[in-house]
Amino acid sequence: MKADPDYENIPGTYVYDARRGRLGYALNMFCMSLNKAENRTAFKADEAAYLDRFKLTPEQRDTVLRRDWLGMLQVGGNIYYTIKIAFCDGLTFQDVAGMMSGVPKDTYVQMMLAGGRSPEGNRYKVPPTEVSPGAPSAAAASPGVASPAGESV
Amino acid sequence: MATIVAGIACSHVPAIGVAMDKGITGTAYWDPLFQGYLPAREWLKNLAPDVAIIVYNDHASAFSLEIIPTFLIGVADSFPIADEGFGPRPVPVVLGCPELAWHIAESLILDEFDMTIANEMPVDHGLTVPLSITCGQPDRWPFKVIPLCVNVVQYPPPTGARCFKLGQAIARAVASFPDDLRVVVYGTGGMSHQLQGERAGLINREFDTAFLDKLTTDPVALTKISHTEYMREAGSEGVEMVMWHVMRGALGPQAAEVYRHYHVPASNTAAALMILDNRSSA
Repeated sequence: MKADPDYENIPGTYVYDARRGRLGYALNMFCMSLNKAENRTAFKADEAAYLDRFKLTPEQRDTVLRRDWLGMLQVGGNIYYTIKIAFCDGLTFQDVAGMMSGVPKDTYVQMMLAGGRSPEGNRYKVPPTEVSPGAPSAAAASPGVASPAGESV
Repeated sequence: MATIVAGIACSHVPAIGVAMDKGITGTAYWDPLFQGYLPAREWLKNLAPDVAIIVYNDHASAFSLEIIPTFLIGVADSFPIADEGFGPRPVPVVLGCPELAWHIAESLILDEFDMTIANEMPVDHGLTVPLSITCGQPDRWPFKVIPLCVNVVQYPPPTGARCFKLGQAIARAVASFPDDLRVVVYGTGGMSHQLQGERAGLINREFDTAFLDKLTTDPVALTKISHTEYMREAGSEGVEMVMWHVMRGALGPQAAEVYRHYHVPASNTAAALMILDNRSSA
């Protein structure tokens, strides 16, 4: 079996790769249909009936009906597609980003005004310096340590 | 012969287009961003190019997951404005430049870049927002446009190095076109931003600043950044910056930075606008 790709070690991030592409195809193609005004009207009129036109898994269907934006990504949704449901609801990208990151809208807006979410402490699920059990992890997360990756540009 | 006179790097945040379309660019939130666009508009107006090659990514507008072209060139006479899920933007239709577009398509394919060719295609905010940013709100766009799409939605996008080489091949194609056309190349998207997941809102000013600096001075070093490094350092959607390499590859090594504007935030994104004057190379 292939090892997890290195980007799977980035926290809070769902890279739309081959695996998620196979999982999420029907869900995302439903979202794509919302580019047409008549389909948006039909979806809003009867969401469950409209979803019957697409071969979503019960789980995917549930995340759409509950507007579980983070859940949609976890069952194969691609943000450029799922955002079309949010547009249908009159929401913005920033509204949805706040909900996915689990903070109230105002908190998210203030974070962005203050310069956004820092990469410090947000680069790795498991820092690469943790080579052995018991190795100190604080060093990798220390704000004083410049990222080698960031410096290499 | 045709010459590439300038390169423009420009973010294509949809909310920037919405702010212009709604007439709210003077609010406290938006004003600092839009003030920084004015000198660039003036510079471009004085440059008065005939054609713009706009390198951008489609965002589930013209293309779905049904067919995913890695590199595509639009050869139509005109390109309608896409409905991306909230109605088309109220901006002028985009007029193409089929003679040059077909010439570039043929030249690229024979130069071993296997382009997809689009005879019909709507264009979304990825293309129209950079036009709005750099041209304002005219009744018609001041130059013809050749859309060049790069897939960054389905992983993996083409590498930065491949994008840079595509830009070099575009430069060869333009230089072999007999008519005297003055061409600008736009690289759009970026800078650091993440639209998805618990990590949404990531911004990395240090990364962005280093990227902007080296875009002029050491672009080949930038082409070595891996996709994972973009995603980790500049957010999952920051990988759009590979498209800037197409623009940079199309310019000569002597291209000079003449304007830079960087602002956080534009919605979820660090927005940048940079102009590189290529006339000393042309």
